[in-house]
Amino acid sequence: MSMNAVKEQLEPVVVNLAWCKGCGICYSLCPTKVLSSNELGKSIVSEPNKCTRCKICENHCPDYAITVMGVKK
Amino acid sequence: MLAHLEKYFRTERLPHIWCPGCANGIIVKSLVEAIDKAGLDQDKTVIVSGIGCSSRAPGYLNFNTLHTTHGRAIAFATGVKLANPELNVIVVTGDGDGTSIGGNHLIHGARRNIDLTVLLFNNSIYGMTGGQYSPMSPQGAKATTSPYGNIERPFDICNLVTASGASYVARGNSYHTSQLTNLIYQGLQNKGFSFIEAISTCPVYFGRKNKLGRPADMLKMQKEFCISKEAAEKMSAEEKAGKVITGVLHYAELPEYTEQYQKIVDKCQRR
Ligand SMILES: Cc1ncc(C[n+]2csc(CCOP(=O)(O)OP(=O)(O)O)c2C)c(N)n1
Ligand code: SF4
Ligand code: SF4
Ligand code: SF4
Repeated sequence: MSMNAVKEQLEPVVVNLAWCKGCGICYSLCPTKVLSSNELGKSIVSEPNKCTRCKICENHCPDYAITVMGVKK
Repeated sequence: MLAHLEKYFRTERLPHIWCPGCANGIIVKSLVEAIDKAGLDQDKTVIVSGIGCSSRAPGYLNFNTLHTTHGRAIAFATGVKLANPELNVIVVTGDGDGTSIGGNHLIHGARRNIDLTVLLFNNSIYGMTGGQYSPMSPQGAKATTSPYGNIERPFDICNLVTASGASYVARGNSYHTSQLTNLIYQGLQNKGFSFIEAISTCPVYFGRKNKLGRPADMLKMQKEFCISKEAAEKMSAEEKAGKVITGVLHYAELPEYTEQYQKIVDKCQRR
């Protein structure tokens, strides 16, 4: 496995907290509860190993703050 | 999304001004994906808008953009297209901008079948000015100007634009994002007046006034009340009650305005 592949396994979803407005869409829609909210309501990746890379979060984030790694667009 | 972001957005202007959970950002993403799929040249593409929250979209997009006056986006876009018919001209408008103050430009653009792609963000309200009802607010809906419920009936804007003469008319929503991308893509392919109503959300005004819950709840509602035209064809009238039909609602091959205009120019120059 390349370093990138290892990183993608550990970190399937990346949240850009500078752009996240804490709207709750991603962690409400995530079917496997990978995402949850921090004390500001912003999105955090709490259960990365449960991610199926379905991209529901990325597709519905209105602020382009979520990227699901390692899937073709 | 990352690759698209750097290519198609003015990323230095992000994050955008829209409120947390406003679905406008989701619809803009579909627009950009449709443009990418259609392979439009950024230098040959013009995005024109009027005034409103939704009309702020072109400010974030890395194309030739024009932020015009309230309701007049289609009028400006008509001028751009007639002067340079080789350009791809896209109009971004809201339900207030496009169907209230700009309603006349909309029907006449459709009647001429001029080659524009018009994307109307329908959040059922005037968001920017604080939540007044629009010609597309549902009957009974609460707004700052209808505190006891709206007594007016909303436009079915897709029917109106079809009846006015547009060659392509479609409706999508901000939950079913790949469908919306496809509908916009097909609109970009059509040489003529293409109209796409994209059901958006305004969690801050429409959502709060009508107690619709959090932004995610408003998206889930769209998932429930929107059904595709294909699914609707198999349903009984009872099952369809209260549902909103999405998909390509109308398509017809019709003469396009700038082509007709060029024919007149050619004819006169031959004399
Ligand atoms: C000539 C003129 N009249 C009124 C206004 C005030 N105004 C600004 S935006 C707006 C309504 C926008 O509603 P909509 O198109 O639905 O956009 P939204 O903000 O909901 O996205 C109005 C009435 C204006 N800017 N110019
Ligand atoms: S959907 Fe986007 S903006 Fe909203 S909480 Fe998730 S990451 Fe943040
Ligand atoms: S890709 Fe799917 S499973 Fe993974 S975090 Fe996003 S919504 Fe959840
Ligand atoms: S006022 Fe409504 S439409 Fe405007 S940005 Fe806020 S949520 Fe969106």
